[in-house]
Amino acid sequence: MAKIQSIADLRKFQEDYKAKQAAKKDKILVNVSLATCSIASGGKVILEAMKEESAKQGIGNVEFMQSGCMTYCHSEPTVVVTLPGKDPVCFGKLDETGARELVQKYLKSGEVCGTVIPVNYIRVEL
Amino acid sequence: MDSSKKQLRIATRNCGFIDPENIEDYLGVRGYEALANAITASTPAAVIDEVKKSGIRGRGGGGFPTGTKWSFAAANQADQKYVVCNADEGDPGAFMDRAVLEGDPHSVVEAMALCGYAIGASIGVVYIRAEYPLAIKRLKKAIDDAREYGVLGQNILGSGFSFDIELKYGAGAFVCGEETALIRSMEGSRGEPYTKPPFPANAGYWQKPTIVNNVETFANIPAILVKGADWFSSIGTEKSKGTKVFALAGKITNVGLIEVPMGITLKEVIFEIGGGCPDGKQFKAVQTGGPSGGALTYKDADVPIDYDNLLAKNSMMGSGGMIVMDEDTCMVDIAKFFLDFTMDETCGKCTPCRIGSKRLWETLDKICLGQGSEADFEKLKSLAVNIKDTALCGLGQTMPNPVLSTMNTFADEYIAHVRDKKCPAGVCSNLLEIVIIPEKCVGCTLCARVCPVNCISGKVKEVHTIDQAVCIKCGACIDKCKFGAIVKQ
Repeated sequence: MAKIQSIADLRKFQEDYKAKQAAKKDKILVNVSLATCSIASGGKVILEAMKEESAKQGIGNVEFMQSGCMTYCHSEPTVVVTLPGKDPVCFGKLDETGARELVQKYLKSGEVCGTVIPVNYIRVEL
Repeated sequence: MDSSKKQLRIATRNCGFIDPENIEDYLGVRGYEALANAITASTPAAVIDEVKKSGIRGRGGGGFPTGTKWSFAAANQADQKYVVCNADEGDPGAFMDRAVLEGDPHSVVEAMALCGYAIGASIGVVYIRAEYPLAIKRLKKAIDDAREYGVLGQNILGSGFSFDIELKYGAGAFVCGEETALIRSMEGSRGEPYTKPPFPANAGYWQKPTIVNNVETFANIPAILVKGADWFSSIGTEKSKGTKVFALAGKITNVGLIEVPMGITLKEVIFEIGGGCPDGKQFKAVQTGGPSGGALTYKDADVPIDYDNLLAKNSMMGSGGMIVMDEDTCMVDIAKFFLDFTMDETCGKCTPCRIGSKRLWETLDKICLGQGSEADFEKLKSLAVNIKDTALCGLGQTMPNPVLSTMNTFADEYIAHVRDKKCPAGVCSNLLEIVIIPEKCVGCTLCARVCPVNCISGKVKEVHTIDQAVCIKCGACIDKCKFGAIVKQ
């Protein structure tokens, strides 16, 4: 990896990131919260379950990522799913069964199930 | 602002959105841009000026203006200066620093480098508690990746500015969150505070000028420098700018982390964001500032939350723990709970804190046991004020706050304990009687069978009675009774 030498190099990373995000717009994005507390409440279990279930259901255009705290302790473990062309939806209080159901219903046909957590914040983007 | 969206996320802007273990995610959201701009196209003085202008104050507790602190260290001439990140989060129920470090470690790394540039330091140290293994892992990876990508280390971006970060692990002593004790601990000595001055900005780590800032303070810095001081200072109240992250815990429906603009009212936090107390219980009070803070009640529901208003209410911002209590909470018991914590955590160096905390706790315990007198109530107050005035460091000076604030706001509850020997909330078991309501008792014998001390007597299908002299008030019978015939009084 070549070191970042200048602001122009930095800009390139920003462009690349934008391009990468844009390239994902036809994909189903699954973002699993994996902070210490999310892992303790079963975050890793639901990540594995969703990966496995997606494969089983033949859903190929799905991309998984991990992130940190999603701030919803009251509903851990939480997952944010973004279907192509739709706003991200945050699902909480998942367990293995719930995670599989989420794949079978929401990922497969857009049918909302389980606990949906409404967005109650504005994120400052730089 | 959209009224359903009371929260504004600056310090936690990336938590839950980017992969904390992937530096390219952080670079993609304009990460390290503030640092790159500063070191290639700005001056240390301009960086400090911008931070000053933003009005940001320390998020770790005291609320000292960050830019001013930086300018003190910058003005000192020394062969070596240090930037220290205080990640020794120890308040019971507070976990915002862990959330930032686990969700967005690069923002802290970048901000530390920015601080280093501003004050002329080349070494940063993160003092983090060893109980945060995942935060440590992600922070270490962030530091390694930043080095590999050339935004940390020698001659960053060819600007001639070098900065590197190392980690020091804390063993989890609460007092080590106090900056002078933290510095002692980093040097390998006992984690005991020392008297200021000299302030760390003049002579801190190894007697060199040192800036100690909290994780959340740092996490705000890149956003301030990218979006500008004017933007930041447009958020919040006159003297408290920006947002604050709070950890909502206790008897609240939506337990969780929230980030809200300064000046939001308690009502909005507890009821609109927090969803009130669960099970239809009445909201009673909220402890802000952890064991160093005080209780706010429904009477303070419309107070805009900022540093100065909380101080005026005998509480403090602290690091941002908010422990919510409902009608079933006894305020004397809560004060005792916090004193129990500080009594354990006092380092023992100064007498007011070491002995004072013990005596405070003992008096509170006496009151909870129903052995307190009105003289004890007065003694408690004078002792608390004396400790506040004479203790060496922040821990001791703020340790009586839970006592003073609950005595102030819930004096009637203290009086009920000492004068009437009653606990209005029904918590202090020595002041309670567990009784059977004859009209409701059907004589099923369930309570008598579950009683561990066999103090319930009565024949089948006849009203039972409890022998108060033997009862240990464990409440097992209350849980077992299917007819709601047993109550605490």
